[in-house]
Amino acid sequence: MKILVCISNVPDTTTKVKFKEGDSLFDDSGVQWIINPWDELALTRAMELKEDAGNSVNEICVIHVGGASADATLRKALAIGADKAVRIDACPADAYHVAGQIAEYLKENPFDIIFSGIESSDYNGSSVGAMIAEFMDYPGISSVTSVNLDDDDIQVNRAIPGGKQVLKTETPFVAVVQKGIAKEPRIPSMRGIMMARKKPLEVKPAVELEVLTESIKFELPPAKGACKMIDSESAEQLVELLRNEAKVL
Amino acid sequence: MNFEFTEEQLMIRDAARDFAQRELLPGVIERDEKAIYPTEQVKKLGELGFLGMLVGLDYDGGGMDTISYVLAMEEISKIDSSVSVIMSVNNSLVCWGVEKYGTEEQKQKYLKPMARGEKIGAFLLSEPEAGSDATSQRTTAVDMGDHYLVNGTKNWITSGKSASTYIVIAQTHPELKHRGINALIVEADSEGISVGPHENKMGMRASDTHSVMFNNVKVPKENLLGEEGFGFKFAMKSLEGGRIGIASQALGIASGAYELALKYAQERKTFGKEIIKHQAIAFKLADMATEIEAARFFCLKAAWLKDQGKPYGQASAMAKLYAAETAMKVTTEAVQIHGGYGYVKEYHVERLMRDAKLTQIYEGTSEIQKIVISRGLVD
Repeated sequence: MKILVCISNVPDTTTKVKFKEGDSLFDDSGVQWIINPWDELALTRAMELKEDAGNSVNEICVIHVGGASADATLRKALAIGADKAVRIDACPADAYHVAGQIAEYLKENPFDIIFSGIESSDYNGSSVGAMIAEFMDYPGISSVTSVNLDDDDIQVNRAIPGGKQVLKTETPFVAVVQKGIAKEPRIPSMRGIMMARKKPLEVKPAVELEVLTESIKFELPPAKGACKMIDSESAEQLVELLRNEAKVL
Repeated sequence: MNFEFTEEQLMIRDAARDFAQRELLPGVIERDEKAIYPTEQVKKLGELGFLGMLVGLDYDGGGMDTISYVLAMEEISKIDSSVSVIMSVNNSLVCWGVEKYGTEEQKQKYLKPMARGEKIGAFLLSEPEAGSDATSQRTTAVDMGDHYLVNGTKNWITSGKSASTYIVIAQTHPELKHRGINALIVEADSEGISVGPHENKMGMRASDTHSVMFNNVKVPKENLLGEEGFGFKFAMKSLEGGRIGIASQALGIASGAYELALKYAQERKTFGKEIIKHQAIAFKLADMATEIEAARFFCLKAAWLKDQGKPYGQASAMAKLYAAETAMKVTTEAVQIHGGYGYVKEYHVERLMRDAKLTQIYEGTSEIQKIVISRGLVD
């Protein structure tokens, strides 16, 4: 059984976000890039499934649509434990474009399970996984919090408001995963880092695909208001402010 | 000259940073206060390969270069020096010595489990009356034909209780003075070894520092490291590399305190503005940042020389001296910037200040580093 994990290359979560060219483009100068946190959890779960001798997962491949600047991120995924990395050499224009590129790769290189993070921590598109499922006509399950394999019996849990839903499915399928899919991302080991350089990182040319959306402008959220400090002895004042100023009571 | 790190070196730095933030930061204050040995943390550090990162892949190590080691030591020491000292001793004193001078049998038997982090190594050189003056070894290893009989006491031994493998420096031929000293691999559970109580230290309180006593301990002849009489030279060679580890630790203590002080100075307001906007504080931070950067260059230069196979004794002594002095100065200033908050444990900088003091003392005091450096000037 083979698992494909879609990897988004995103700015470190502590990045101070700036824009350029009339606020139409993200200014990536000096930015530290990391694996999208949800994709990193997906990779961790894929590793756990492979390490569990009770099932037949024998290959984990990570895939990314983007330029060469993402190679360091892909090599980190290899250091964590992926067997192979593929980069589709294209400037990711929108979710449709990214999902289309991955689907084209899947048509030539079938996988049994495709993991996609529920969103990327930069553009928050939340669409790539579902679109891959649609392109490939595979079952697509969103908000996945666990995937368990027992021979051909595949059980997927997904979060729903106030509870969870338990599903059965068959391969191939796309799981759009969220928090809970794995406990915490793995730290690459020293040996993993050394072995990563020997693992394949394939660069594939992109296919021609229509771009359906165009980004016009970005805006930052308004700055946070000043913080009011209330003395711990002044509970009444706090209640008064919450009721009459913040109007939350 | 190239000031860029490789992709792998950056990945190692990030892995060490993630490990320190995730596994070491929680509980670091309590472990320090109650002197609790970081058993789980050291186990995880070993599983990730940090405890044997300098050992070659053939002996189950990480096969990393010394530059990567400096980067990892700095990140781990920013958070918990009690853990980084265990890592430093295991890597650069014990594993290095066995890999460099050990026989193939010694490497298979002792090096591999230490490189995998399954067993911890300790380096037994200091004695009650032989610290800086390491030639005055009173511990004896008498040649009994098929084994050595070891007697004596070793002091200030990092991992004294938790280690499974000791490298013991002992005198076999007193008439030859330092040329009669041997280095022996001794299994910590050998009959006749007893471990003294945990030293109640000012800093790095969670690492287990003990005296170790030897009473007629039989050590097989095949456990001799290097040639007969090589022990003193072996110890000095080991300490050359060890200084890079402790210099990097001091660098980490300094940069950890600096990062906390910088953050605090941007949040804390006095007289209507953040304290970093007061020149008195801003200039302190400027000095701290500059001296830390200089210490980092010293550490990386020594590491680079070692990786290139060039002599690095002088450079590692300079790195250790400068980084340790910087750590003491920077942590003291970090406490000052924090004011009263810096004096309580919750804000970490007081612990870093206590930890910094030890870097001026162990693995060669600052004064001993000056002896090494000054002798190198006229050699």
